[in-house]
Amino acid sequence: MKFVDEFRDLEIAQSLSSQIKQTATKHWKIMEVCGGQTHTILQYGLPDLLPPTIELLHGPGCPVCVTPLEMINKAIAIATVADVIMCSFGDMLRVPGSEGDLLQARAHGADVRIVYSPLDALALARRNPDKRIVFFAVGFETTAPANAMSVYQAKKLGVENFFLLCSHVTVPPVMVSILQAANNQVQAFLGPGHVCSVMGWSEYEHISRHYQIPIVISGFEPVDLLEGILLCVRQLEAGQTHAENQYARAVSRQGNKVAQDILMEVFDVSDRMWRGLGTIPKSGYKLSHAFRKFDAEREFAVEAISTQESDQCISGQILRGLKKPFHCSAFGKECSPEHPLGATMVSSEGTCATYYKFGKHDLSAVGARQQ
Amino acid sequence: MCLAIPGRIEQVFEADGMKMGKVDFAGIRKSVCLEYSPDAVCGDYVLVHVGFAISVIDQEEAARTLAILRTSGELGELDTPGSGGQ
Repeated sequence: MKFVDEFRDLEIAQSLSSQIKQTATKHWKIMEVCGGQTHTILQYGLPDLLPPTIELLHGPGCPVCVTPLEMINKAIAIATVADVIMCSFGDMLRVPGSEGDLLQARAHGADVRIVYSPLDALALARRNPDKRIVFFAVGFETTAPANAMSVYQAKKLGVENFFLLCSHVTVPPVMVSILQAANNQVQAFLGPGHVCSVMGWSEYEHISRHYQIPIVISGFEPVDLLEGILLCVRQLEAGQTHAENQYARAVSRQGNKVAQDILMEVFDVSDRMWRGLGTIPKSGYKLSHAFRKFDAEREFAVEAISTQESDQCISGQILRGLKKPFHCSAFGKECSPEHPLGATMVSSEGTCATYYKFGKHDLSAVGARQQ
Repeated sequence: MCLAIPGRIEQVFEADGMKMGKVDFAGIRKSVCLEYSPDAVCGDYVLVHVGFAISVIDQEEAARTLAILRTSGELGELDTPGSGGQ
């Protein structure tokens, strides 16, 4: 596939690997923000191409993972209302709530459907005027414009049976939250490429300047990530701290203005609860006043459902890069993708699920080089 | 979740007042909303996420990046004789 295969080129990857080895003289801890980047890093074994002095920390950028348990419970409660068709992306339907997941709700008779795009959910609403269609809208700034467009179109076309259950989060506030923690270990970030395709990267220049930390906006292929790591290491070794853009083929400084405009019209910035991390101020979106009649939480008065997270789960520390999955006593035992205990195991892009998939169970194999 | 896949626009059309396109992903064709890529035309490669083209791929920039990476690799090997096999 064009613009994918070239960025998986083995020779370029090996060349970048040797340049990183030549450049790094000290220990550095670099966090990749996105779950998709974590997946590539483990899938292609990139840690094996790095010198033992470079440690990758895996960040909080998996929106399915950080969706609060309360919100999953709310989605399941709404899905069981008689005239409701609940839709979302496939990943969301498998996340367990306090009692079962959306797919199990479907097995018990609820109408729950997987859609590829929020526009498919809107089309479903137009085809089923006697039903109420609820789209469980999760995602970062990459996904928010698509979900915003579905509501924008619903308003324009006068569709009145379409609602969003909105659990949108944004990247810069969680990066700031990690940096502000007293025990922060992150010394450089690989920034979220596709989020920046939409939002541009000027926000990251502010964070880099304020917290004196290198941020390299990076793509998702192995060559992109290795080049991003090389650019981070060059800055760290030279004592520089600025934001730069590795992913220039897809990201401009100003981002996608058309998408940003619709985003700002449909959504307001709001505080959001992150599973594993707690509430982070101004870290997400809710529907704006002009679009509030599409808000599923207004349409369906679902009572707050109290939830209990596992005592064993250390996902909060994993999301901040303080611990690795193999530091958890439950990893691969009580906790697995089939029976996840917390945030980082519930989605295929979660750090624990990714380690589980690619067999990084073994402390002696993965951890030894980092001791 | 933020997965976005590059595809080539083969046809541009309108549906319900929205700019749409048929996009080819290495043989698989899908309808994609082009509202967020208003300047995109047939032949452009777009980055598609949940049915929306969020960015038009800058083909010159991609070629430039690859050319620099290939060249810097050669220079890197010249800098350190004997490091090629590592």
